[in-house]
Formats: sequence, structure tokens, C-alpha cells
Amino acid sequence: MIALAYVWWLAAFVFAAAAYFDLRARRWSNALFWALMAVVFAAGDTILAADKAGDRLPTQLAGVAVVVLALLAGTGRMRRNPPCTADSGLREASAQRLGHRLFGPALMIPLVTTMLVVLAPYLASDSWRLFPAGNATVQALAMGCVLAALYALHVTRSRPSQAMRESSRLLDQLSWAVVLPMLLAALGGVFESTGVGNAVASLIGQIIATDSRLACTIAYGLGMVVFTMIMGNAFAAFPVMASGIGLPLLIRQHGADPAVVGAIGMLTGYCGTLLTPMAANFNIVPAVLLELKDSYGVIRMQTVTALLLAAVNITLLYILAFR
Amino acid sequence: MNYWPLLGVASVVAGFALRLNPMLVVVAAGFVSGFAAGMSLPDQLALLGKSFVSTRAPLLIVLTLPVIGLLEHAGLREHAQRWIAGLYYMSLSLLLICYMALRQVLGALGLTSIGGHAQTVRPLIAPMAEASARKTAPGLDATQRERTRALAAATDNVGLFFGEDIFVAFGAVLLIQSFYAANGITLEPLSIAIWAIPTAIAAFLIHALRIVVFQYGLKRSAETRP
Repeated sequence: MIALAYVWWLAAFVFAAAAYFDLRARRWSNALFWALMAVVFAAGDTILAADKAGDRLPTQLAGVAVVVLALLAGTGRMRRNPPCTADSGLREASAQRLGHRLFGPALMIPLVTTMLVVLAPYLASDSWRLFPAGNATVQALAMGCVLAALYALHVTRSRPSQAMRESSRLLDQLSWAVVLPMLLAALGGVFESTGVGNAVASLIGQIIATDSRLACTIAYGLGMVVFTMIMGNAFAAFPVMASGIGLPLLIRQHGADPAVVGAIGMLTGYCGTLLTPMAANFNIVPAVLLELKDSYGVIRMQTVTALLLAAVNITLLYILAFR
Repeated sequence: MNYWPLLGVASVVAGFALRLNPMLVVVAAGFVSGFAAGMSLPDQLALLGKSFVSTRAPLLIVLTLPVIGLLEHAGLREHAQRWIAGLYYMSLSLLLICYMALRQVLGALGLTSIGGHAQTVRPLIAPMAEASARKTAPGLDATQRERTRALAAATDNVGLFFGEDIFVAFGAVLLIQSFYAANGITLEPLSIAIWAIPTAIAAFLIHALRIVVFQYGLKRSAETRP
């Protein structure tokens, strides 16, 4: 059986390799950053188990590690690898030689992942399962990546150490941006525990004119957009806005269709996701991955689509919920 | 009601507006709202550490990096560009609109892992988009190149966001259902998911139109340039 823990160890190994190559290149800050990530990933389950058992020291140390990661990134001590352009001649020649065979491993990641997700329920006998019960996506993605890596090694006739060197190069190019989504999700957890969501909901409840259907619909839609932008995630915004405006005002007072309020409300929140740097894995990480000079470049291209769609959504909400 | 934790939200907004390092902004905002809620420092460190360790899943894109790195080293992006440049009927708008449609349809079937910024956009879609933009505007300048690549990433996001909600077993649909269940309203997942279709169609039309307009802008700039 492929447990979730193996996947975390595999990720820890990728981070550890980056730490090793940075150590050899005497980039101390980068090496420390990736080493901390490797430890957090490898020891994660142990840390959470200890926390459940009442021992808070490991989670506190993890908190200290997060602060160190932020300081390493924030003080500009991490050196970002420039995208290498030196051996473009070699790459051209290799592209000529390998041709379409290069697409194989790249397409293998999504295809194998998808196949395994679909087939997961059948990859089991009475006492044995390939993946533990429940959501298999994470393990399937890991399997897809491992198989694709093996195939890529075969196609490019490279040694395994070359694969680790390349992934370390990419990690140093992405630098701290790759960790940002995880940190933002953690901030969402902190906000929730400190009562930020409740405070926002009660503020909104005090402001809007509750006896107008249209005002409530607009407040609900715009609230989803703005609160999603703040939290970086429509999932975090939905319970707050739905319990603040959707349920008491739209559904209970004005008789709106709950299914429409839920579905279109969530999708209006997604328009906010397109607009915020807080949704780092969709908006900031790709800007770094695509080597854009403007880290808000992806958001800029999404702004018009998001605003138009938010307007359409609020209109749809008003028409469909009170049909 | 204690409103002071909202200072954490204010510090996030201020930090991003001032373009401070996001990592520092996020950690600082966590501490601001923690202190405002009256938590002690050890409690806050434990909360931060626990939240961080519990959310490791978004970082699994690092598992794709060895594959993508190897293939890029062997010339994947160069090959993708040359291949698209050789297809006479392929244009930027055709490429991106087809990709968005594919992403929406597969997302609606629950197959969201089939694309992504690290898996498909960086190695394939962005270089292809660049090569097809060069057909419209042979003298693609640095700004246009940057905007073309950003548009490729934006198209992936739009396709993903407004397709996956139609899938009944998707997290958002189940979140909506469980929220209503907790408040005494029983709904079938399918009855929620069906209402995502009008928005999905609107998102496709709006973004497709924007892609066409973008390509038209490239064409105009290529014609006016001597």
C-alpha cells in the first residue's frame, strides 16, 4: 500500500537534494531554507501526532522554523538562480534529436495521475489496496511523477543525479515563492482560530440594508469577491458570507433558492481568487514559473475577465435565485 | 465581539500594497491577529507550526520538478515552440481557447490534475503560446512576450476554476452541501453542481473574447510597426 507518508518523504527528498546542491555551491541561506522544508515534510506526521498527544514542543519548533523561513526570504538572503541561457545550443540540438519523444514524459504526469485516480477503487483486493481508502489524488500524482521521471531518464539518457540537479536548479529559480501557498494556507488557519471570520461577518451584517433583495444580492456577491481576495481562498470566504448574508437574508428572509446561492456565490468568490496575490499558487507561483518580470503579471491579465464575470455572476444570482 | 484581530487582515492588505516580501507579510499578519486576539507567543508559534504542517498538499508540485527539469534540459520548450510554429493553422487564440475548453470539460469530469502551471503551462502551453503569437506578430517585443505568457497562465486558471465546480464530488460542492446540512437544509450535490453551468459558459465566452481581442491587439501592433 502506498501511504500518504511516502509521498511526503519523496517531497522531503527533493528538498533535501536542493539543500545538498546549495551546500556544495556555498549558498548557505538557500541550503538552510530547503533543509528546513525537508525536515518539515519528513517529520510532519510525527509533529502532528505529537501535537495530538498533547506534546506541543514539536509544533512550536515548526512555528519557529516558519519564522526562520520567512526571515530568510524576507531579508533577501536567498539568492535566486537566473534562468540559465548558457547551453541553449545544446538544448536546440537535443530538441532536434529527440523531437516528439520529449512530450511523452511530460504528458505522462497528468495521464498516469488521472488514470490512477479513476482506477483507484479497482486497484484493491480483500486485504490489500494500492492506495488507502479516501482521496487518492495525492498518491496518484506522486506515482505519476515517479513513473514519468523514470521514463524521462530513459528518453534523455540521463543519470538519476541529473534529475535531482535539475529539480534543485528549478527550486532555486522558484525560490521562496514555492512555499508561499503553504504559508498562506497556514495564515488562513491562524485567522480562523483568532476569530477574524466572525468579526468580518458581524461587520457586514451591520452595514447593509437588509430589506432590499437587490442590495442583499450585491452585498453577498461583492462580499464573496472581497473576502476571497483577503483570504486568498473562496473556501474560507464561503462559510463566512453564507452565514452572514446568504442564509439569514437571501434564503430565510427573501426566499432565495439555496442551491443557486451556494453554487453561484462560490463561483463569484472564484472571481476574487483571480484578483488576489493571496492566492499565490494560482497567481504568484506561475508568474515566477514563467519568469515574468512583473510578479502581478498573471493577475493583470485576469482582471478584466474576473470583473466582467463577477458582474455576470451577480446578475445570474439575482435572476436565478428568485426565479 | 472582538474586532482587533481584523488588524491582521489590514496588515496583509498594507503589506501587499507596499510590495513588501509576501513571506514576511504573511507571518507578521499572523502574529498581529494572534496578539490582537490575546494569544501568548508559545500558543501562536504552536498554531502557526500546526497550520503550516497540516497544509503540505499545495507543495506537491515539487514532485514534478525532476521530470520538468530533465525535459527542459533536453530541449522540451524549444521543441514545443518549433512544432507549433510549423502548424500553419495554429494561432494563439485557437491554441488558448482549445486549452481552456479542454481544461473546463476535464475539470467538470473531475480530472483537474491533467493540467497545471508546473505540469503543462510552463513546459508546453506558454512556449506554444509564444510561438503562435510570433506568427501574428513576428517582431514580438519583450512586453508582448511577457503578456502572452501571463495570458497562458490566466487561461489555465479560468479553465480550471470554472470547470471543476460542475463536478459533483468536487470539494466546493461538498463544502456547500455540508454547510447547508449543518443549517438544516438538505440538498443533493447534483442540484448544487448544476447551477455552476451558466457561470461556466459565461466564463468561457468572456475569456475567449478577451483572448481574441488580445490577438487582434498583437496584429494591430505588428501592422502599425514599420
